[in-house]
Amino acid sequence: MTAAAEPQALPRRRVSPLTRAWAFVRRHTLTVFGVLALVYLMLPIAVVIAFSFNDPAGTFNYTWEGFTTKHWTNPFGPIGLGDAVEASIKVALLATIVSVILGTLIALALVRYHFRGRGATNLLIFIPLTAPEIVLGASLLTLFLYLGTALGFWTIVIAHIMFCISFVVVTVRARLVGFDRHVEEAAMDLGANEFVTFFRITLPLIAPGILAGGLLAFSLSIDDFVITNFNAGTTITFPLYVWGAAKLGVPPEVNVIGTMIFGIAILLMLANTLLQWRRNPKGAA
Amino acid sequence: MSFLHRHRWLTPYLLLAPGIAFLLVFFVVPLGFLGHTSLREGTVQTGYVFNWAWDNYSKAFSEYQEQFLRSLQYAGISTVLALLISYPLTYWIAFRGGRWKNLLLLCIIAPFFVTYLIRTLAWQNILSDDGFVVSVLQTLGLVPDDGRILATSTAVIAGITYNFLPFMALPLYVSLEQIDKSLIEAAKDLYASSTKTFLRVTLPLSAPGVIAGTLLTFIPAAGDFINAELLGTPNQSMIGNVIQSKFLVLTDYGQAAALSVILMAVILVLIVVYTRVLGTERMAG
Repeated sequence: MTAAAEPQALPRRRVSPLTRAWAFVRRHTLTVFGVLALVYLMLPIAVVIAFSFNDPAGTFNYTWEGFTTKHWTNPFGPIGLGDAVEASIKVALLATIVSVILGTLIALALVRYHFRGRGATNLLIFIPLTAPEIVLGASLLTLFLYLGTALGFWTIVIAHIMFCISFVVVTVRARLVGFDRHVEEAAMDLGANEFVTFFRITLPLIAPGILAGGLLAFSLSIDDFVITNFNAGTTITFPLYVWGAAKLGVPPEVNVIGTMIFGIAILLMLANTLLQWRRNPKGAA
Repeated sequence: MSFLHRHRWLTPYLLLAPGIAFLLVFFVVPLGFLGHTSLREGTVQTGYVFNWAWDNYSKAFSEYQEQFLRSLQYAGISTVLALLISYPLTYWIAFRGGRWKNLLLLCIIAPFFVTYLIRTLAWQNILSDDGFVVSVLQTLGLVPDDGRILATSTAVIAGITYNFLPFMALPLYVSLEQIDKSLIEAAKDLYASSTKTFLRVTLPLSAPGVIAGTLLTFIPAAGDFINAELLGTPNQSMIGNVIQSKFLVLTDYGQAAALSVILMAVILVLIVVYTRVLGTERMAG
């Protein structure tokens, strides 16, 4: 934003006032556009938060009727909403734990070793990231139909682990690439065996990457509707609850829970950014 | 342990084994079953038989051509809109953001922290007939007095654009942020105009971000059915809506699987053509 960074400070001759005016307009056009785009991005979020305080007259929470905090005092009031949130959290926790373990191991293998089948492994990680969700959900459903598996909680967990693994691999791998292996060699030289080295040196150093991958997996899982919709049977997660309610009118309590999820995610992101700053104040990226 | 010492080459495979096995069983094998299902005929009552039912495919093309074309059209328009909004926004953040960069970036991904369905419902609210967007546009005469936005193609495209915009913005930001600022200064020192500098230096250097962003936006957009369901009517239904209802409501599995296979194939072909034409091999990295 500083004027000094602008190249117009160069000793160019005869910069006409028109050119200057044009440069001024253009510089601020970009700023105005940027701010407008941010407003556009924030608008639905503001609506979600605002309507959690609305006091709708009927079942539809569309028009502003008056301010109330009653939905915040009893967010799990509507029948089934509490169970749905509970199911979502359980699924997300299980999916996160399993996908983080499986994904971290794959990332370690990919970054550290040269082996036959590397290309195929990369491809296998890459395709689920690009395939449309509906195809992932539909194909998994056909598997369960062939096997005669009863759809429900565990098929949702399996589905979520499946689509989270690739995201964990990509996140952890990004952190592993810049890893200084000399530290591990030093530990081994000092007599630590592979296991001690892994748990005392490697794991703490790659922990931020694993944490980032885990947070990503958790948020993807708790937000997923499409793949869950195909593999849920009669089990209801939070997004499935919202989908069902959308036809009949979504209760404001859904906005309360949406706002809570949003708030927690933002707090975690801020905490993560602060942590990185404290570790490495200059190279914050 | 001594076994591992003697067979070092095994280590990467042992690390990979659990995760890759999971992906093979719950991602690759299901795709095979999806293909198999797409060639079966039958109903829930009569049972399903595999008899190379290719007419599932010919029917898919003849009966759902409209929805296929609409999906590609909506996804294409949304991708272009997302690019037009994201490029100036991320350019502004990358070059003028200063110390606010990380905070502004957080604003871009903030929509992801609101559950997908809830933020789409917020658009339902914003675009609703008595909402402020419609009344402002009516006052300006851009929408007739009895006109509406909700339940039109405009609403569906607006929803898709919003929901997948961060997929466009993040890779764009990464590639813009990585540009060596001295290259731009060099161009200006050599008396290139701002426009020329942008077209000859900044834009080519950000091409990987543009390519990654358009693919990451287009693919989920083409398979989406949530926006068409919540913001549109059956007249706006996309191929995702057809697949979803055939799988989960009508249990017409053969036809639904054939449609999924076609969707996946169309997207794969588009990816290959697109990356070949623009000649980037950096995607998978």
